[in-house]
Amino acid sequence: MDHFPNYWGMPPQESFDRYNIFQDKTKNNAISDPTTNTKQPIVTGTSVIAFKYKDASFGSLARYREVERLYPVGEYTVLASSGDFSDFQYVKHTLDKIMTKEYYTNDGHILGTPHIYEYLSQVMYHRRSKLNPLWNAFVVGGYHNGEGYLGYVNLLGTTFQASTITTGIGMYMASPLLRKAVEGHEDTLTEAEAVDLVEQVMRVLYYRDSQSINRYQRAKITAQGVEISPLLSAPTDWSIGKDLRGYQ
Amino acid sequence: MNRNQYDNDISTWSPQGRIYQVEYALEAVKQGSAAVGLRSKTHAILLALKRSSGELASYQNKLIRIDDHLGIAIAGLTSDARVLSNFMRTEAMKSKIMYNRPLPVYRIVSAIGDKSQVNTQNYGRRPYGVGLLVIGVDETGPHLYETSPSGNFLEYYAISIGGRSQSAKTYLEHNYESFADADVDELIVHGLRALHATLQQDKELNTLNCSIGIVGQGQKFEMIQDVDLQRYLDMLGPQGTGDQAAASQGEAPMDTE
Repeated sequence: MDHFPNYWGMPPQESFDRYNIFQDKTKNNAISDPTTNTKQPIVTGTSVIAFKYKDASFGSLARYREVERLYPVGEYTVLASSGDFSDFQYVKHTLDKIMTKEYYTNDGHILGTPHIYEYLSQVMYHRRSKLNPLWNAFVVGGYHNGEGYLGYVNLLGTTFQASTITTGIGMYMASPLLRKAVEGHEDTLTEAEAVDLVEQVMRVLYYRDSQSINRYQRAKITAQGVEISPLLSAPTDWSIGKDLRGYQ
Repeated sequence: MNRNQYDNDISTWSPQGRIYQVEYALEAVKQGSAAVGLRSKTHAILLALKRSSGELASYQNKLIRIDDHLGIAIAGLTSDARVLSNFMRTEAMKSKIMYNRPLPVYRIVSAIGDKSQVNTQNYGRRPYGVGLLVIGVDETGPHLYETSPSGNFLEYYAISIGGRSQSAKTYLEHNYESFADADVDELIVHGLRALHATLQQDKELNTLNCSIGIVGQGQKFEMIQDVDLQRYLDMLGPQGTGDQAAASQGEAPMDTE
């Protein structure tokens, strides 16, 4: 039984347009059809990884070649996004607006990382409650009151804070690697080790995530502020390829 | 009869450039009983004189807790103060929910300033008839502000508002330089002396007609009332007539017992 009245009397849909890519004007009449919300992301980015070391750090992997998904908010916070890119642009714009207001109030108070994270979490939960979610998984990282801060929030409004955070397929592939390297060593991990770890994890993600390319950016947030690297490449080794048998 | 042509509503200027209705509202603050505020490097405190309408009546509350880090003392129309304190509580809650941040003191005080000013510019409205002392602690330390019906607000080291508050102000002006490094007890004794200065000749501070509010870095807003006040009244010592003024000139406040 097809439960969607729009499809009744239409040819079977199994083989045609399974991802609803082609807008069919006959099926979407502004007068008679109900309002529709986002059902799937369009332009997407894949995993973000983040972890604390002596200060705090970030890495991210881009789905498209040179799409930047790390964005500084204020002096000590970086927002990283996976998921829909246009929703990410909307959030960037929203956060810029509140940071501008904060700046011109000029009373010595600027929103810190936990405050930005709380605001974003409330926005995300509000949108999912309207059944019109922002299709992202965000990591908010920063430095506040002498400590690194990492928080996660996604399209369901689910939130948590941890010393390692990953999104997307990175949740399956990168989390165990990061936890092993970081948890319990947050205060001793050096910056050089952290940079190596990002590169190692990014390489693993590139090998296994079929939607990825080996381009990534790294953000570092310390008491001195935010530093976002230019686009980097994870070096890869395909030399075992010639020994593989059984594939064409 | 000597009727004033220019004081019928808020939107009329007098030829001398005054708006009488705003000035009358400022008078309403002076009709209220006195409230005193002081600030050190770590704490801000409020003291207020409570009034009762008669032997059989209770004393009217003068201090209102807004949030863990914020409190006010009021002088003037209590009902207007309730409107403003409800507004302040809502704003404090909004800040916590939206940003997980205690409301910065300057922001709420300037919001009250804006609210009050609107009431002095639009026909058919009236100014609030209440002045507030706002104390609070935020990331930039402890603060003490005065707000008034005209929409003015100012930050102070120490200030008093309400009836006969000029005498308290005089005391504070003589002593404020020692407040910055004073501990809470010293600050309270200074506050009680200032408050005592506003009393009529035959009156004394007691546990019923007085209340204290304290907030500090790492200390939530707390009100001291009734029996808990006795400890501080004892520190104040005998409330003789001329002695208070003499004791105020430089002597360490804890030596009064």
